[in-house]
Amino acid sequence: MSQTMTVTLDLRGLSCPLPIAKTAQAIRSMNAGEVIEALATDPGSVPDFAAWCETTGNELVEHSAVDGVYRFVIRKV
Amino acid sequence: MPARVVVLGGGVGGTLVANLLDKSLGGDVAVTVVDPTGMHDYQPGYLYVALGEASGHWLSRDERTLLRRGVDLAIEEAVRIHPEAQTIQLRSGASIEWDYLVLATGARLMHDAIPGLSEGSFGFYSLPDAERLREELRRFTGGRLLVGVAGIPYKCPPAPVEFTMMVEEHLRKKGVRDRSEVTLLSPLNRAFTIESASTLIKPIMDERGIELATFFNVEEVDPSAHIVTSLEGEKREYDLLVLVPPHRGAQVMIDSALGDAGGWLPTDKYTLAVGDEERIFALGDATNLPISKSGSTAHFEAPVIASRIASQIRGTAPTESYGGRVMCFLETGNGKATALRFDYEHPPVPPQPNRGWHMAKWIFNRAYWETVPQGRLPEHAPGTMPKEVAR
Repeated sequence: MSQTMTVTLDLRGLSCPLPIAKTAQAIRSMNAGEVIEALATDPGSVPDFAAWCETTGNELVEHSAVDGVYRFVIRKV
Repeated sequence: MPARVVVLGGGVGGTLVANLLDKSLGGDVAVTVVDPTGMHDYQPGYLYVALGEASGHWLSRDERTLLRRGVDLAIEEAVRIHPEAQTIQLRSGASIEWDYLVLATGARLMHDAIPGLSEGSFGFYSLPDAERLREELRRFTGGRLLVGVAGIPYKCPPAPVEFTMMVEEHLRKKGVRDRSEVTLLSPLNRAFTIESASTLIKPIMDERGIELATFFNVEEVDPSAHIVTSLEGEKREYDLLVLVPPHRGAQVMIDSALGDAGGWLPTDKYTLAVGDEERIFALGDATNLPISKSGSTAHFEAPVIASRIASQIRGTAPTESYGGRVMCFLETGNGKATALRFDYEHPPVPPQPNRGWHMAKWIFNRAYWETVPQGRLPEHAPGTMPKEVAR
């Protein structure tokens, strides 16, 4: 499936709960099916993003960690 | 000629930096505090005003009475900062020159940033808001009471939790608890950002019948339908809604292109210098640091800035750095409290809520005026942590 990254959110350096709040805000203004990429450095964002996606039903397409930067790709439902 | 230090903002951080510099350098420094109101507010007290446990009159003092005699006070509003010319333009049309600049301009409450917030909700983050909420609580005879935050970052992260716990007790004492539902709207999936504090708080909330609504980032309020909506798309009906309004940094920081989009100053987490500027420092709520916006943060940052400016004036190498130290009391109601003490490297390990910490907060609230702004609180006072190793 093709993935068009509609938005990239740079959340590096922010501490929780800012990454979640900013992602929620960005996803709010997107259309269903659109995909967002979020970059964060707060280790707490890993469980937070997983739990947030589970609660809201949005799909956590992938997540990875490279050099202390966590990358989350989320598709809006 | 003495070095000219201008401090913008006469809150806890600005006042303490000014006093510490005057104390350590005497005639070698000329310190001026510039503040638009000339009044110093003790904001932690608003919580108690809202709950009818304190009156507002002890929460504000003339800034002049808190400054050492050697420090000047200018009751003026800064409208533009010129880092290269080392001047500040004031609302009155005058301008002021500086060799070193300390930005302690705090945070602004932006009630209008959330549709419906002003008309549909109450708050306790300013004295007028706290007094309005106190009157509304007096009229409240039961119903759905929701407490939440309408924007991040906000000052004093534990305050919404404290208010929730304390208002639950308030309703019980008033005899309307059985007709009420108390809910905390949390932006995360736990009661508080800090995991260890959440673990401590959640069982107390359960025991007291306080509901936790998770991942509720407030988007808007419908005052006529009494509905609050989250960015996550959830809607909740309420009878009394208590929200912390969104915060922004000072307008002058945005106008002077020193702050980011939210007006927060890009600040070095250890030296507290702003951007690439060697002679401009920021502290307290005004910074973009990933740490609590609280008076306690400013309190621990102030000696670092005073010491670094003093070193530069004396031509010696600065040694002090800020390790991210914060200390917050957290009231849990029923006359008990806990304490969160942490820094950049060490998350807090809060003790079980007890009467001792509640008492400590009570004493601190009363002792504030005679200790904190003057730098009289000992470094190793109960509740503070050992000093960081200088970096």
